[in-house]
Parts: sequence; structure tokens; C-alpha cells
Amino acid sequence: MIKLAVISGKGGTGKTMVTAALADIGGVPQVLADCDVEAANLSLLLKPRRISTEEFRGLEVGRIDLDICTDCGICESHCRFGAIVRRDDDWVVDTLHCEGCGVCDYVCPMGAIEMVPHVCGEIFTSETDRGYLAHARLFPGSGNSGLLVVEVKKRAVALSKGADLILADGPPGIGCPLIATVSGMDAVLAVTEPGVSALHDLERLVTVCRRFGLRIFVVINRFDLAEDICARIESYCEAEGIRVAGKIPFDPAVVESVRAGQPVTRTDSAATDALRALRDTLFAELGIP
Amino acid sequence: MKIAIASGKGGTGKSTVAANLAWALARSRDVVLVDCDVEEPNLHLFFPAVATDVPVTAPVPEIDSSKCNLCGECGKFCRFGALAVVKDCVLTFPHLCHSCGGCTLVCPQGAIREVPRTIGRVACSRPLPRLVLITGILNEGEVLAPPVIKAAKTLAEGHPFILYDASPGIACPVIETLEGSDYCILVTESTPFGLHDLRLAAGVAETLGIPAGVVINRSDGKDEETVAFSREHDLPILMTIPFSREIAAVTSRGGLIGRDLPGWEERFMDLASAIPGVNP
Amino acid sequence: MIVGITARAAGTDAPAEQRFGRAPYFVFVDTETGKSESVENPLIDAAGGVGPRAVQLLSEHGATILVTGQVGGNAARALAAGGIKAYAYSGSGSVADALAEYTAGNLQPISLA
Repeated sequence: MIKLAVISGKGGTGKTMVTAALADIGGVPQVLADCDVEAANLSLLLKPRRISTEEFRGLEVGRIDLDICTDCGICESHCRFGAIVRRDDDWVVDTLHCEGCGVCDYVCPMGAIEMVPHVCGEIFTSETDRGYLAHARLFPGSGNSGLLVVEVKKRAVALSKGADLILADGPPGIGCPLIATVSGMDAVLAVTEPGVSALHDLERLVTVCRRFGLRIFVVINRFDLAEDICARIESYCEAEGIRVAGKIPFDPAVVESVRAGQPVTRTDSAATDALRALRDTLFAELGIP
Repeated sequence: MKIAIASGKGGTGKSTVAANLAWALARSRDVVLVDCDVEEPNLHLFFPAVATDVPVTAPVPEIDSSKCNLCGECGKFCRFGALAVVKDCVLTFPHLCHSCGGCTLVCPQGAIREVPRTIGRVACSRPLPRLVLITGILNEGEVLAPPVIKAAKTLAEGHPFILYDASPGIACPVIETLEGSDYCILVTESTPFGLHDLRLAAGVAETLGIPAGVVINRSDGKDEETVAFSREHDLPILMTIPFSREIAAVTSRGGLIGRDLPGWEERFMDLASAIPGVNP
Repeated sequence: MIVGITARAAGTDAPAEQRFGRAPYFVFVDTETGKSESVENPLIDAAGGVGPRAVQLLSEHGATILVTGQVGGNAARALAAGGIKAYAYSGSGSVADALAEYTAGNLQPISLA
């Protein structure tokens, strides 16, 4: 079974569109995962039927028992994250800033503070026409996106009996949620576009991915919008020994399919042809039948 | 005046709006533009200039082995797994450390002190006579974005007019960027993805009590749902930028449409005037 | 010597567990006396960095050998520093089965490099 993550570095290059398309035409038993837990969009294209919803608890947060608290303020003086604040004449923990370090619990002379579980998101299992989908929603402001991504991946693995492929839609960026997404994958497909920002971000992304020893492929989306920069991306990939597995032209059919809530590959278009070619190249490289 | 530019979804055009707004404003006043997308900063590509770097460090534990008796208390306390006591030494995993300082407090022998570890840098430049660019850069492989964002914002403090370009998403780096802002420009695109993620971002601005307005980018004229949502939530539509291959061509090469395409400088000045509290 | 084996439940009849840092239980067997001790893993719901702290737990119980499915990078570093050798058991048998496989020399070492 192959585990493949679709990532990008720069946001908005087309990860979700590509993931939905590969899921649609892959033609192999598969499980899907949406690891972009802050702004999960894959379900907008796959019409999922919800099977389960569970609360997600990340790091514990501090809670001050006001019946015991003597207002000494020692906790506030030790908190490095500005998470202990004054509210209505009491000291309270602001969960938006609490890192869950446990220092306040340790220093409180009255034992008035304990670390308690904190629900900071939800994790879902759904069924689609193209396999199970593990996805999640992180409540805004949380610092636990990496942990929630780990849960989504675990859920996908648990659903993967008989699957040849786990296909994950990744988050933008190169931080916690991206690292959590690519860790343990066999390969990544980096979706980029012909722009100086996208190329700059791709370079940083590749640096991070190299540490995981996985195979890296690139697909250039909307490549015909700036063919000179597209050529620069191809040179960069060649110099880095990275295979450009496909190039997708700019195609209004893509936005139309997003509006219709379905993968672009459901209708004929230039983008669909390019995505079929991408699928064939990529799956051959990965040894997926 | 502190204005943040954010969006839930990536790639909607935050940096494009931030860069062009900064450029237009800097024609007539002093502006500081802060790139708070420290994982993937891009504003320096629109404003290439020589920069001075200031390292950003985070304190991490260092064990004095002459005092350490391998009791294991530090390893048991640390909730991030940054310390582990094995056989005859204490291992530290500095990249997991959240710099809470707890280990220094719990060590009964006083054997732990904190030492600075570089996690990124802030690059400062003056690409135009009245524009200062401050770029926060998180080193590849590091995960603590908020301290780098905080350092970049600190360098801009005290300046009368500041723009903050946020990263995509709704997690703690975005909160760190938005906090303290007087206004938030939410950049979206007129697709169901854009609208879905605009809801999330609008919710964050509301939670933080920051008034917000919307810029619709790459519009193909079918913006009814976005407009309806914005109206329902008292979010003024500040500007609509149509999709055009010409605009895409300029931006993808790091150009500024305010400078390179006719009529756009005025349109970005109109955007600025539409923000409450900004005197044109 | 003491061998630590990751398990799904307490006792040597319990099924062996593939994961290391979030294994529900660790079963420590003293190969000289044959006595075993099962320890519930306090880290199972912990947020992150469980690998190194699980190694600390092994160290505290005097284990010099670990039998498990696989280990992550941070755990590998901690195991190497702690002088604990790790061996891979990926069968579906019990803790006792895994230990027998180790003793018979049938298990591959897990590289900690």
C-alpha cells in the first residue's frame, strides 16, 4: 500500500483540486484523508456521507479553581504565553493562548491549578463514492494542528484494509501541520504554479521534505500563465533530481467543477486530459497497478 | 493604524493586496509592511532590497552534568517530550521545546539553565523612500512560528502606519498576527472554497473583536454568494479585483499592479480610504 | 537482563503491540528469573514527543532490550543514547511469542542510526 500526500508550500496552487481528481480517476481501492485541518476543503468536491464525529482533545490546558485561588498572581508571573489574565477580578486561563506546558500547575502554592483536557476540534469519518474519507475541523486559534493531523492519518490507516493507496490532501506552509502530514508518507506530490512566490515556497518545501527521505514529485498547475517561470521551475526540478510528473493548463473548467461541487475529471476538458496523464505517470512511478 | 491582511484559504491574494496597498500608500506617507507569513514569506519578492538580519532565538534547556543526578524529574515534567533521561545522560530535543521554562523550575538540583537557540530571523529593508519592509523568516524544519511573528511585529512597534501580511489558516500564527490590529482585510476568491474558508477567517476576526472588510480577488463576476455572506455578517466589500491573465502575469513575476498597470494605484488608494480610520 | 515488549494489554499472554511510544502497555520480563511486570503506558494520550519519554520509562525499569514493531526518529536517538537495543516483531502473537522469537534469534534489529 502506497501513502501519498499532495502538498504545495504556497497556498492556493490547486492541491485540493488535484487530490480530488486523482481520487476520482485513480481506479484503485483507496482511503482519502484531508490533512488541511484548518481549512478542510476536500469534502466540498467529494459529497461525503458522514459516518462518525468525535471530539478531538489536544494538549491539556490549565484551569484555576477559584474556590482555592488566593489571588497571589504567582502563576501569571511565570506564564510565558500571556495565558493567565484578569477577568472580572479573577485570575483565569485564556485557552486561546495556553500552550499546555503545566508551569502554572507546578508553581501554584495553593494547588489551585490543574491541567485538564480541552476540546479543540472535531474528527470525522465519512464515506464517498471513491472510498472512505478521514477529515477534521480545528477550532480557530488552536496550537494543536499537528496533533489533529496525526489523528486524521491514524483514522485513515485504520480504514485502509484492502486499499492500495492512502491519498492525503495536505495543508499549505512548511510548519507543524505540513510536517505531521508528510511524516511516514512514501511520496509527496508538490503542486506548484508558475510564479516567483510559488517557486520560492517550493524550494523551502523541498528542503523540509528531504529530511523525511520520501520521493518527491512536482506537478505544475496553470503552467501556461507564465511559461518563462514554468521553465525556471522545470530547471530547478531537474537540478534537484525531482521528476515533474505533469503540467496542467489553466482551464475555466476547474472553477466550474468547484462550483458544481465535483472533481474536474467528471467532465471532459484540457485539465482532465492533463490530470489523466499525471495519474498514469505518477502511479507508474509509485508502482500502483 | 495597524491593518492586518488575512484569509482562511491560501493563495487568495493576501500578499498581492498587502504589497500593492503598501506601495500605493507609500507614495504619500510612511508605511511599515510586516511579512508575518514566516513559513513562506513572499513580500521581499515584490520589494527586492538589501536587508539587515536580526536572529530570533528561543530559550532551550542545557543540562549541567556536574549537578545532574539523573533523577528524571525534568523528563517526567516536560509535556512536549523535549527531555528524556536515559541510563546515564539527559537527552534534549530542542526542536520540540516550547520554551516554557518549566524544566529549570522542577530540577531539584538546579542543574538546568536556558540557552538561546536560533529558530529564525527578521530581515529589515527599505525598498522605497517611505516604505520599510520587515520580513519574519522561520528556519526550515522549525515549528514555532509565533515567536518569529512576535519579533517581526515588535520591530514595527511605534510606527504610525503598519500593515501585517498574515499566513493562511486560522491557527495560532494567524492569531498572533491579528492581535492588536485595528482592522482586518479578509481576502477571498469567488469560489466555494474561498467562501467556505472566508467564514472561518471572519469568525476569527470576530472572536478577536477586530472589525473586518472583504476583498474579492480573481473574481469571475459570479460573486453573489460571497456578497450575500458579507452582507449578512456586516462585512463591507472593500474592493473586487477581476480575474485577468494580465494581472496574473504581472503578479506571478513579482510585479506590482499598482505600479505596472494603469488605474490600479487609484484603486488601491480607494481601498485604503474605505477602511475606517484611514485618512487618505 | 530485562526485556521490554510493547503490548495491547497486561500480562505475557496479551497480544503484542506494533507501536512503541503509544503502546497501551509495556511488559518487562526478567530473563534470569522469568518474572514479568506489566506497566500501563502513561503517555498513551500525551500530546507529542512520546518516543523519548517512553525510552525514559524503559530506562527506569532497567530494560536493555526492546521488542516492538517500529520506532520513530526521536525514540531511536534516545534508545541509542540509553544503550537499549531494539528488535522488530511484526507477528500477530502474544508478548510471550514475541519474547520467544527474540530469544531464538529470529528477530531483525531495528537500526537506530
